[in-house]
Amino acid sequence: MENSKNTFHENPKSSLEKVLDIISTMASKPSGFIGLAILIFHVALAITSPWFAPYDYKAINPTLMLNAPSSEFWFGTDSLGRDVFTRTILGGRTALTITFFGSIIALLWGGLLGIFCGLVGGRIDDVVMRIVDAFLSIPWILAMLLIVSLLGTTTQVLIPALGFFYGKGIVRVARAATHDVIAKDFIISAKARGHSNLSIIWNEILPNVRDAILVEGAMRWSWMLLGFSSLSFLGFGVSPPTPDWGLMISNARGLMSFAWWAVIAPIVGLSSLIIGINLTADAFAKALGIDRSTKAPV
Amino acid sequence: MFFLIFKRFVLGLITLFIVSLITFIGVEILPGDACTSYLEREAFGEALAACIKRLGLDVPAHERYISWAYNVIQGDFGYSLSGQMQINEVLGPRIKNSLVLASAAIIIGIPLALILGIITALWRDKMPDIIISTVAIFSMTIPEFISATLLILIVAIWLEWLPGIVIVPTDVTFFELLPNIILPVIAIAMIMTAHMARMVRSSVIQVMASDYIQMAILKGVPYWKMVFKHVLPNALLPAINVVALTIAWLLGGVVVTEVVFNYPGLGRLVIESISNRDLPVVQALGIILASIYVSINFIADLLTLMLNPRLKTLQTRK
Repeated sequence: MENSKNTFHENPKSSLEKVLDIISTMASKPSGFIGLAILIFHVALAITSPWFAPYDYKAINPTLMLNAPSSEFWFGTDSLGRDVFTRTILGGRTALTITFFGSIIALLWGGLLGIFCGLVGGRIDDVVMRIVDAFLSIPWILAMLLIVSLLGTTTQVLIPALGFFYGKGIVRVARAATHDVIAKDFIISAKARGHSNLSIIWNEILPNVRDAILVEGAMRWSWMLLGFSSLSFLGFGVSPPTPDWGLMISNARGLMSFAWWAVIAPIVGLSSLIIGINLTADAFAKALGIDRSTKAPV
Repeated sequence: MFFLIFKRFVLGLITLFIVSLITFIGVEILPGDACTSYLEREAFGEALAACIKRLGLDVPAHERYISWAYNVIQGDFGYSLSGQMQINEVLGPRIKNSLVLASAAIIIGIPLALILGIITALWRDKMPDIIISTVAIFSMTIPEFISATLLILIVAIWLEWLPGIVIVPTDVTFFELLPNIILPVIAIAMIMTAHMARMVRSSVIQVMASDYIQMAILKGVPYWKMVFKHVLPNALLPAINVVALTIAWLLGGVVVTEVVFNYPGLGRLVIESISNRDLPVVQALGIILASIYVSINFIADLLTLMLNPRLKTLQTRK
């Protein structure tokens, strides 16, 4: 069965082909290729690392404290005698999982609320945008720290909390994108046909604002990763002995004058992942023809 | 034009009112009130009763909000739980220290960002642009705590040029503070400069591609005269709002940087008050940081209005 919407096009492309098209456009430029390669490497590492980690990440061994990198311990050992290589390759798993699901939550609620506000306008729109502005003016770190310190640092708290706080910016982007299409003829005719708001959002607006929202979501993913790692660094993220880059950096920082390897390894891990996601998001935006260069970092 | 300014001002006040509601309700609906979460295991009997009495928690929530908001408008944030000091006394020196840090970063960051942004735009896709833009992307994507830690490792530990962490009392004088802030200022200015330089770059590129600049080129206006008289005034106007948003965005990042350098500013107070579960101080910080954000944005709007002749006439014509 052919989709009736596609009959106007000469060669209807399946959604898989479209995705492959976008990916190959992204990889055609060096920065996009590097970004994708780093991201794929990190995701593959996060999935497979438990099978080839050479040591137990939580095995404390006082006789091996702060050993320099050697053929036995590639990245040395930390202040509790744990293998830094093992902890580094495992260190992105929690961060990637939590921020990935957090971004999906942020995309869903931020995108839908933004489209809804853009569509209905009027009093509801005003009130919602005031509240979003108010949330934007509270520093995210204050709000996140307060929630986490009172509700705990479990995944069930972190994912919705991050998803909520990083979604409020998406509301604005989705609302602006909706305003761009709202005056077009096909929306007006859908309204004239008597379609419900829900049907207009789903069938008319969503396909037109999807790209803008997805690009914003990809960008949010890297900011959320930054935010989550900052929480871990401050001691409000995952709890020890879970291997996590932010926490590893904060633990190894005090002793870095004798044991720089314990702080450099997680720094390389976290920085490369964030740069990878950023380059990928930029290439993604360019492949979809969206210019992000004039956006402010909010 | 005055109507527009007035409208922005009122909108800012409404935003702050909602912020005060959010911080108050947020603290209220999270499990445990200020006293039980502060006293933790000792939260029973006389200690709890005394704390509840001191904070007035036996009064209904909406009455507490009104009296709290009334005092805040008069500049009185009440008492902190841990030090049992007036919050104003706690905040005063912290705000001063943070202002020193932020202004130093802004004084270095804004001119540097302008110069780098203009250089990268005029030499677009050539060597200077590629090098500066790559460095900028690195410094703005890497988390603050990583760049700060690397700065300490390289400058303070390996090269031994500067002290790595700030060890001064909170109420230190300005001149005693100065040598200690070099590294934190570099760490903050680096991220800020990178963000702003990128915005300036894209703004200059946009103007360079416009019709009137093409016209000026065709008329034979000398290159540098064109850049300074025609490109920059038009390109820098939209950058004002971006600068404001970047400064406001730094409020969150400064928290982490201050912790890394052990700097006694507002940011470290955020962490300290949350670790101590000192909710009255957290509420005060929420309001103060949000007011800074709102006022910076308001000032940016004002500047844009004053510097853009088109917006003035737009309003008078109406």
